[in-house]
Amino acid sequence: MELHGWGRYPRQEAHVAEPLSKQQCMRAVSSALPLIARGKGRSYGDSALSPQVLSTRYLDQFHDFDPETGALSCAAGVSLDDILRTFVPRGWFLPVMPGTRFITVGGAIASDVHGKNHHRDGTFSAHVSSILILLGNGECVSASPSDKAELFYATCGGMGLTGVIVSAVLRLKAITASDILETRIKAPCLDAVIEAFDANAASAYSVAWIDCMARRTNLGRSILVMGEQCTEGPLVTQRAKALGIPAEMPSGLLNSTVAKMFNAAYYGRTRSDAQKSRKSFESFISPLDAITGWSSLYGRSGFLQYQFVLPKESGVYGLREILKQIGQSKLGAFLAVLKLFGDANASPLSFPMKGYSLAVDFKAEAATFELLEVLDGIVAAHGGRLYLAKDARMSEAMFKAGYPRWQEFEEVRARWHAHGKFMSTQSRRLGLA
Amino acid sequence: MTRILIIGATSAIAKATARRWASEGHELYLVGRDMDHLHEMAGDLRVRGAQSVQCAALDVNDFAQHAAVIDAAAGALGRLDVALIAHGTLGDQKACEHDFQAALQELNTNAISVISLLTHLSNRFEAQRHGSMVVLGSVAGDRGRQSNYVYGTAKSAVATFLQGMRNRLHKSGVQVLTIKPGFVDTPMTAAFDKKGPLWSSPDAIAKEILRGIAKRRDVVYAPWFWWGVMAIIRSIPERIFKRLSL
Repeated sequence: MELHGWGRYPRQEAHVAEPLSKQQCMRAVSSALPLIARGKGRSYGDSALSPQVLSTRYLDQFHDFDPETGALSCAAGVSLDDILRTFVPRGWFLPVMPGTRFITVGGAIASDVHGKNHHRDGTFSAHVSSILILLGNGECVSASPSDKAELFYATCGGMGLTGVIVSAVLRLKAITASDILETRIKAPCLDAVIEAFDANAASAYSVAWIDCMARRTNLGRSILVMGEQCTEGPLVTQRAKALGIPAEMPSGLLNSTVAKMFNAAYYGRTRSDAQKSRKSFESFISPLDAITGWSSLYGRSGFLQYQFVLPKESGVYGLREILKQIGQSKLGAFLAVLKLFGDANASPLSFPMKGYSLAVDFKAEAATFELLEVLDGIVAAHGGRLYLAKDARMSEAMFKAGYPRWQEFEEVRARWHAHGKFMSTQSRRLGLA
Repeated sequence: MTRILIIGATSAIAKATARRWASEGHELYLVGRDMDHLHEMAGDLRVRGAQSVQCAALDVNDFAQHAAVIDAAAGALGRLDVALIAHGTLGDQKACEHDFQAALQELNTNAISVISLLTHLSNRFEAQRHGSMVVLGSVAGDRGRQSNYVYGTAKSAVATFLQGMRNRLHKSGVQVLTIKPGFVDTPMTAAFDKKGPLWSSPDAIAKEILRGIAKRRDVVYAPWFWWGVMAIIRSIPERIFKRLSL
């Protein structure tokens, strides 16, 4: 069947195995052909594409939950949405949530996803106690920070290239209310938003919507959105009445004029004083989940999400350069997301590092690829890197420059029998064995 | 709190239904062929909130064991409020055309075993004058088609059996609910290309099952639009239908 990631670019014919049990997973892995595990297909590019794919859709069971400690043991195909709907009413929350709830635990670990609280709580894997991994030699082993640590750290952020994540133990966070108290600050330019990030480093959640179409004195104008977990109120999940995008839309719909108007309107409608409002955690953390299939808005050709991080010291200069380049290009860029990350972790391929991360969507077209080559140059020059879960196009050189621990990652893969067994279209492009 | 027996518990629709029941805190008794799979499922349902979950192994084609398994379930639960029969196989139609043994196997699994289980269950439900018997049928039973008529025959036989049983048990206040799902994205339909608006998820069917029980319905097409689709398909004269390849 034809598969694609969330960005709908690229597309690839694949044979998809849908094992019902750990035993069937083992059988799939022991076949001669290399494969890659795939959860909900929410990584944007080609990291869950391969001629042979192992879908974890039926590995979706909870195994055990300890209400004393919040330790949840579950299979890799369990979705974050399922965890939230089951546990929020009982007063437990995911310690790290990315911008969508519709990903699996296995995918969250393999991409080492982050959320709006990265500066305080780190990535998803910081809250994983142990992982059960099916290795290339057919063995199933448990790894944790204290046992087979190198395998554990390589698997977190390892894009499924160390083995198939079969199950994991997570630590949920106790909460007394599920709503989030949101504060918004309007920042008229890049320096203002950078300052605002520093001034509000103590807030639990923080992210900025940045207008990439704004130029000159407005360059980098943003709305900084911050949140604190409410301590009183209901413990609820909303089964949102999702607005659906029925089909792939004509791709001319999201052009640069529309983007300019949309961004200006979004910036304009926020009042300039800090305003507090109570939000459901869904609408605060994953607002786009309310529109199922929003990625179809970009049409059949799909889109690319470009997400990079630049080290904090020199990051602002690089950021300004990149915003100028985007503004000068005639490409439409809708609301982009800026975040100040906390420190990097011990995983060799984990994306976040102390610094500024920007994520921008572009339609997949020739001009976009040209622009992104230019942006790659700026990112590399400032010692930054691109997020593998979003990537569909970066060069091998760009990858190896951004992830200098790639050789260490390859050594761990070699020691744990992954070479020749686990491979994605992305891993081949990036020159991983 | 409801006490629920599920036969064919590891089938995708049964699993989705069991999860909904578990999150409502009911007591469940799971029957299936693969004990490891049942134990794993029981663990999942306990985490989801089931008051209690017990398991028993049964190969539904071992008809002699049916009475004992149902007795054990009723004993363990104390009483039976709901029984869901959900097992089934989507056999190889072509193989059935060439080999009657294959067809017989299909008919045994999808029809005769269900009729045997229902015979035991109906007497228990009739005596207690309470409860719901729910059986997964299929729209395939509404009209014979060349692509799967052995499966369709079995589902049709069960549907007719259930009509009669519903008529018989009405005066005892027992609900007999026939669920007729359309195309459902499950491991059973792994061979199909499952894109398109006619395909639905096991959880969508589970939702219809719970609603059908709550509303004391008799026959539920799931999702509802299959009622219209099948009404049209049933209305095509045989003279024309025999020429079609639906």
